[in-house]
Amino acid sequence: MFNSSMILAILPEILLLLLGLLILILDIVLKGKDGRNLGWVAAGGLLFILVLNVFLAKPTMPTDVFGGMIRYDMLGYVFKMLFIFGAMLTSLFMMDSEKLGNRGESYILLLVATIGMNLMASATDLIMLYLAIETTSIPMYILAGFMRDDKKSTEAGLKYLLFGAMASTVMLYGFSLIFGFTGTTALGAISGFSLPLALGVIVLILVGIAFKISLAPFHFWAPDVYEGAPTPITGFLSTASKAAGFAVLMRLFIGLFPPASAYAPSWTLIMAVLATITMTVGNVVALSQSNIKRMLAYSSIAHAGYALVGVVSLSELGVGSVTFYLIAYVLTNLAAFGIIAAFSKVTGSEKISDFAGMSRRNSGLALAMLVAFLSLTGMPPFGGFVAKVFVFAAAVKADMVWLAIVGILNSIVGLYYYLTVLKVVYLHRMEGENEEAHPIPLSRPYAIALSVLSAGILLIGIIFGPWFNIASSAAAGLF
Amino acid sequence: MTFPILSVIIFSPIVGALILLLMPAERKTEIRVVALMTATFALILSFWVYLNYDQVAAGYQFIEKYAWMPQLGISLHLGVDGISTPLLLLTGVVMFTGVIISWGIDDRPREFFAFLFLLASGVFGVFVALDLFMLFFFYEIAVFPMYLLIAIWGWVKTREYAAMKLTLYLFIGSVVALIGALAMYFNSGFETFNMLVLETANFSPEFQKIWFLPVFLGFAVLGGIWPFHNWSPDGHVAAPTAVSMFHAGVLMKLGAFAALRVGIMLLPEGAKFWAPLILMLATVNVVYGAFIAMIQKDLKYMIGFSSVSHMGLVMLGFATLTKAGMTGAGVQMFSHGVMTALFFAATGMVYDRAHTRQIPELGGMMKPLPWVGVTFIIGGLVSMGMPGFSGFVAEFPIFMGVWQVKPWVAILAVISIVITAAYIMLAIRRTFFGEMPKELEGHITPISAMDKVALGLLSGLMIALGVFPSIMVPMVETGIENVLRLLGGA
Repeated sequence: MFNSSMILAILPEILLLLLGLLILILDIVLKGKDGRNLGWVAAGGLLFILVLNVFLAKPTMPTDVFGGMIRYDMLGYVFKMLFIFGAMLTSLFMMDSEKLGNRGESYILLLVATIGMNLMASATDLIMLYLAIETTSIPMYILAGFMRDDKKSTEAGLKYLLFGAMASTVMLYGFSLIFGFTGTTALGAISGFSLPLALGVIVLILVGIAFKISLAPFHFWAPDVYEGAPTPITGFLSTASKAAGFAVLMRLFIGLFPPASAYAPSWTLIMAVLATITMTVGNVVALSQSNIKRMLAYSSIAHAGYALVGVVSLSELGVGSVTFYLIAYVLTNLAAFGIIAAFSKVTGSEKISDFAGMSRRNSGLALAMLVAFLSLTGMPPFGGFVAKVFVFAAAVKADMVWLAIVGILNSIVGLYYYLTVLKVVYLHRMEGENEEAHPIPLSRPYAIALSVLSAGILLIGIIFGPWFNIASSAAAGLF
Repeated sequence: MTFPILSVIIFSPIVGALILLLMPAERKTEIRVVALMTATFALILSFWVYLNYDQVAAGYQFIEKYAWMPQLGISLHLGVDGISTPLLLLTGVVMFTGVIISWGIDDRPREFFAFLFLLASGVFGVFVALDLFMLFFFYEIAVFPMYLLIAIWGWVKTREYAAMKLTLYLFIGSVVALIGALAMYFNSGFETFNMLVLETANFSPEFQKIWFLPVFLGFAVLGGIWPFHNWSPDGHVAAPTAVSMFHAGVLMKLGAFAALRVGIMLLPEGAKFWAPLILMLATVNVVYGAFIAMIQKDLKYMIGFSSVSHMGLVMLGFATLTKAGMTGAGVQMFSHGVMTALFFAATGMVYDRAHTRQIPELGGMMKPLPWVGVTFIIGGLVSMGMPGFSGFVAEFPIFMGVWQVKPWVAILAVISIVITAAYIMLAIRRTFFGEMPKELEGHITPISAMDKVALGLLSGLMIALGVFPSIMVPMVETGIENVLRLLGGA
């Protein structure tokens, strides 16, 4: 029957849908004028949804609702709040993005994608899960190719669509095998695979998810799409969308093949190998990039690898630390892409060498960049440090010291290219120009969003206890 | 609730840095004054701690403990013992003199002092942390600002290269040690990062043998141990004066200190097993560093390699695992810190006027810069280990300790003293005496009164410690006795 927990379980999604409708109506009423202000509406609305849900919709007991389609638990809740937060800042970044910020559709697409992610994080039925993934992906395909006149953006959209469709077909095939052999699509009821079948299913599903979270060797789309898509969208794609993929990965795999089962060793091994390849490929290729968006694309591939280390350790600490890692990563990478959006809006360039003299052109923006990049590197007192320590700690605890060592070697490579960018920002000068004559003005949405993110990165990095509590309570539901 | 003096010491530089960042960049004089006030405050507090450390009671004092993340056993747990108290004072002194020496920095002084203070906070934090996690936290904070300080304000020719090299070396070292620390955390079964508890963990000898080396060497990279010392002379040379002072004076001690606190104190069995190897490496440091220093033409490179040599003595002292050797090493950390800070300060003053650090291109500096000359000579005497100066108080027990363990190593290592004497005296003669080159004449302006305060303070400390060893040695001994207790009363 219908009860209050059913409403609470999808309260964020209901509100997101209402917000989307509101923007749609406003867009029609305004007839395309003052479209930029819709960004304020979207961001304000998302903030309201976030606050409301933090106070109202926090689950106490995990409950299956809607006939077992979705589960109302802490894991879903934490990720939902993270997505809404990410969408809120993304809509601020979108406001001053050319051709994106003054169109109502772009905000609506963002909201729909967020609804899809929310459902991804809480789906416990294969069909529901598939629908949620598509609900997320389709708006993202459009957003990636939103700038129709821009060749790169169109290419990004099309590429993302083709690769994405391919990956989800493969994953769907994996789902169909599960259904065929066990007769059910409900996550909790699936059981009794033979080992070879399980392996087949694992590989097929993994292809779909690995595409979403851009694990090597399924990462080829990422650099092109990240580079071509409008920068705020890239930020969203690389953070919230990736986090949603991880939520699915953890729920699905730990649900289907729990740690105690006979399948666990094989899939953790597969993932450990994937994590190793992903970290290494991401970091090593990032070294040679001259376009900052491509560099961050490879860096975000590498970060998926670090986070996967936590999943592999297959423990409550591991999942908790992945969740914590993703929280820190979402803040950090959103900030990084936001800064790039702000910078390239003024300069029209995304080349790393054009960041020369940035600290003299806008010292605040440079400071934000320092914070974001050091957090990506994993330096205290920023969020990235604690996150990395926890993930590696989980690996050491699971007796996978070698994986932690691989991770550490990789962070050293990472340190090198992040520092190289900071060096350009702080040390190099613009050639033959006086930097003071070329300031980089920050519009209000950028200033607000970047301050919030920088403060958040510091907050998570210093007072990490409460955040880790939240992350581990999300993990607890899975075990 | 007593006054939380240690956390005030750690956080006051950060507060200073924040105040600086909020000030308008063009008010340079005010910025310098605020920086000096912050540094003075930290110096006074650390001196107060030094004076009030109760040597009779010994052990950890001024303890503060705040739960930070109880579910993983992380707490902000601070306290000082006989080893860290002098180092706290050292940091205060170097920070204070560093700010004075950097008075003339004109390129973005606001950011310079802010980063310098962030670094100082990290250093204070490592010295007083009793929680392994917090130790790493502060350690990394101390390492990073170095990159910017060297890369932005350093010597144009090598700064980018040196800064990157230094950061990569130190980062690698620290993360390797971090894995060891995590292994300890999980292996102990206590679910806590509290080092006082981990000391009682009784790790199995196999575990200790495996993990001692990564942990000790990971930290010792920052202590400049051979063959991982390569970053250090390059870093010293490229860094601006105040940063060189911090770097050689304090930061290298950070490595040695953490290697002692985490490596030897938490993994004593491992330390006993690997001590001969560390002894060998440190001997190479001592002798090889001295030889390389001798052939340097650049004054700063010479001091850089002499630091490698002297830090080798610290490691050598630790590796003896004897009371004499380790006490000497503890005092050497302080003595060398002050001495190198003085050397770099003096060299910086010469360079600012002569615009060269090549020893053959200098000469006759004694006349225009008597303060610099005299204090440099005092530093030289300390460096040679002359009785009556702090170097003797530190080095003599180290050699005694080494003699107890491996007499032939002591003989080998003592050679370094002769070489040190040779290169120091050569440098002094060529730089401060003899004929001043024609092109320098008239360019050598006198140093300011503030510079004199810095030089006077640093050399005064070395003489005071040399004449009255009792102001520090017994305190360090109390700390070392605790280490020996963990080593099983050897």
